[in-house]
Amino acid sequence: MFIAAIGGYAWNVRAARKLHEQGRRLVATSEYHGLYSLLVVLIPAQLLVLLWIVLQGPLIDYLQLKALPQAVPLEKGAQQLLLSEIKSIAGGRIFGTPEDWMLAAAERQTRLNKYGEWALIAVVLALVLSLLVYCRARVSIAFHARRRAEKIVYLVLMTCSIVAILTTIGIIASLLVETGRFLSHVPVTEFLFGLNWEPQIPIREDQVAAQGAFGWIPVLLGTLTITAVALFIAVPVGLMSAIYLNEFASGPMRAISKPILEILAGVPTVVYGFFAVLVVTPAIRDLGDMLGVVVSHNTALAAGGVMGIMLIPFISSFADDALSAVPQDLRNGSLALGATRAETVLQVVFPAAVPGIVGGVLLAVSRAIGETMIVVMAAGLIAKLTINPLDSVTTITVQIMTLLIGDTSFDNPKTLAAFALGMMLFGVTLAINVLALRIVHKYRELYD
Amino acid sequence: MTPVPPTSLATISHGLRRRNRTQFLIKTLGLAAVSLAFLTLLVLVGSLVSSGFHALTQTHIELAVHVDPKTIDKQKLPRGNFRDILQEALIEHLPPIDDRRLHRTAARLLSRGGEFELRDRVVANPALIGRIVLLKVPVSDPYDQLNKGLISRQTPEEFRRLSDQEIAWFDHLQANNVISRPINIGLLVNADSRFPEQAGLRGALVGSFWALLVCFMISFPLGIGAGIYLEEFAPRNRLSDVIEVNINNLAAVPSVVFGLLALAVFIGWFGLPRSAPVVGGLTLALMTMPTIIIATRAALKAVPPSIREAALAVGASPQQVVFGHALPLAMPGILTGTIIGMAQALGETAPLLLIGMNAFITSAPASPFDSATSLPTQIFIWADSPERGFVSRTSAAILVLLTFLISMNALAIILRQKFQKKW
Repeated sequence: MFIAAIGGYAWNVRAARKLHEQGRRLVATSEYHGLYSLLVVLIPAQLLVLLWIVLQGPLIDYLQLKALPQAVPLEKGAQQLLLSEIKSIAGGRIFGTPEDWMLAAAERQTRLNKYGEWALIAVVLALVLSLLVYCRARVSIAFHARRRAEKIVYLVLMTCSIVAILTTIGIIASLLVETGRFLSHVPVTEFLFGLNWEPQIPIREDQVAAQGAFGWIPVLLGTLTITAVALFIAVPVGLMSAIYLNEFASGPMRAISKPILEILAGVPTVVYGFFAVLVVTPAIRDLGDMLGVVVSHNTALAAGGVMGIMLIPFISSFADDALSAVPQDLRNGSLALGATRAETVLQVVFPAAVPGIVGGVLLAVSRAIGETMIVVMAAGLIAKLTINPLDSVTTITVQIMTLLIGDTSFDNPKTLAAFALGMMLFGVTLAINVLALRIVHKYRELYD
Repeated sequence: MTPVPPTSLATISHGLRRRNRTQFLIKTLGLAAVSLAFLTLLVLVGSLVSSGFHALTQTHIELAVHVDPKTIDKQKLPRGNFRDILQEALIEHLPPIDDRRLHRTAARLLSRGGEFELRDRVVANPALIGRIVLLKVPVSDPYDQLNKGLISRQTPEEFRRLSDQEIAWFDHLQANNVISRPINIGLLVNADSRFPEQAGLRGALVGSFWALLVCFMISFPLGIGAGIYLEEFAPRNRLSDVIEVNINNLAAVPSVVFGLLALAVFIGWFGLPRSAPVVGGLTLALMTMPTIIIATRAALKAVPPSIREAALAVGASPQQVVFGHALPLAMPGILTGTIIGMAQALGETAPLLLIGMNAFITSAPASPFDSATSLPTQIFIWADSPERGFVSRTSAAILVLLTFLISMNALAIILRQKFQKKW
């Protein structure tokens, strides 16, 4: 395909050159005639191959199911199982002694796959060749190859940016669909206002143990507790270090400190999670023993504290940006009136920077709510209706992870509950982000 | 004596002292905050290094194994009771043990899996049957911990993972000079295993490589394309505004939500395989794209208008200006942003866990469609494992991950320093 495209390029370039050598003036240079051919051949062929790859699997599955003997069960899950078994036989991995019709199906699978491959090659070849001939025929003096090629490039670029929108649409669509299915099992009022979160569902019909309760309030409370602990550490420390680095520190100090803070920001969250389990939780428990306070094994203090450490550079960098954006004139004016540096910072610079700082803190809140690995490793699993940070609490993200890790099928409320929680998480963080970005944005326009 | 009436100078100097105290306080608080941040970084790295360096070496035992033709049949290779002949070799190195039942206990000194190395060697060279092979195998985790001083001999026997007898055996072996502690190459070249002494990062490294490759192949062209479009060609209308707000928000969406998207769309609707690096790469690509778009736009914005105008003035079309002049000048900035985005993607864990890249897999993936783990998910798996030996392995794996991240970021910084132009 690529070779054909490059061949098309060369072919058209030569054709255009020949015209040129005959002493005629072309409206486009020969390179653009070549580029036009390259794009026209390559893009449709690529799209076709992609589409083919996506569609071939389901199509073969469909054909297989139609060809199976009537006696085979037709339930959806069983079908999937059957198909994968046929595929593994076709791939040469045979377990036990499969029945005859299965062997036949496996043979058919191999045959269909082979047909598919050949058909793909044939179709792509035909397409490429016809496009090549078409492009070659377009080469003429009056043909605006550059304009056409640029039009195609423009469309390609536009498609790229559409992908970003598609991602958002994909997120919203997938969350909405699965949440809708969840709400068909669990009434919406129970989910939003229920005070119990016990997402165990009975495996057998007659099981008494767990009925399953899906009220997200305790999970939300846990999330907010941990977020509060994190901010309690991150906001003062991050803010003070930004003020110090921006207003008091010497040049070299600043030059050394900022990269170090950036390292702290670049540490993956799974590392922080391990740090919480390895160092912080035992330390807090020892401290609790010393003071005679009962500290739960998965105390919210550990997860929140480590999350606070993670957020320090985040808040500090936002506050730093906000402080640097305050015009120097304001500082000079205040200093000229005889204010000390501290007074200048507290009474002039800081108030001017507050909107930017608030925006940064809000983004930090959204980060803390959405943070996953630290809490998965260091926080608890059981949802309790408490805001005591010494207790073990759980968070939205922890619940999503525990509900979805392992083998899951998409048809029980337990799995779907994770998507409902994801929907709430997405909604909350999106609202905070939009608010924060708007505050930051509005503030920036003030001094520009 | 009558009190001296306060002069204005005295008021001022009194006030000044108070104000300077405030200033000092603020400054000290600020310094304390910065120091606290540094201190946590120091504690973080320090605790990882102090626990991780134990995993840099691995206790091995060197055994002279007689490959007994009675036990190992040439015709039946690769089958054969290699574990038994390994055990025999170990017993011969120990002081005589009368009780046959104790042989099994003693054999626990060897890592389960040591026999596979022997088997592979014999299969590769069947002429070894009947001869004596010198073999270096890892010892099992408790003995490794003992050798590294992590199991204290002072602990009373009932609280210790090794009995007095077992420690005596080990000491005997050590006195005979068959115990050694070479650098633990297995940490990098072995795949995952249930046994800490055998577990390595190869599968995770390869899995991460595939995922990052897929991520790069998708997010780099798409990100640059979208960045160029938005910065250079997009008409200023509602749609462009929506795209812009959307991209800024995408960059701040929690990573676990991307995991949910991947689970529902890529695995649920498209039917792509679970645990496969290709799905991981696709997910990471969606997360990295906003970073690359933002970097591309910033880099294009930094190219001075004079260059564009000069190109336009000599008759270049808008696209020729971008692809011929603006983009090449913006490339270092774009690459820097891309590398930083890839570094973030390398450390991302939650979405990969959701798509099942936490499977237990004992071989490295051969293609992006095979089941695999990645470096951060491997860290998560090991951190969750109950065996003591995995604690130091986890730390060591984190150090490996951090090494990668720091080198990627250093590369980005060097790139920025080298190609940064002041216009």
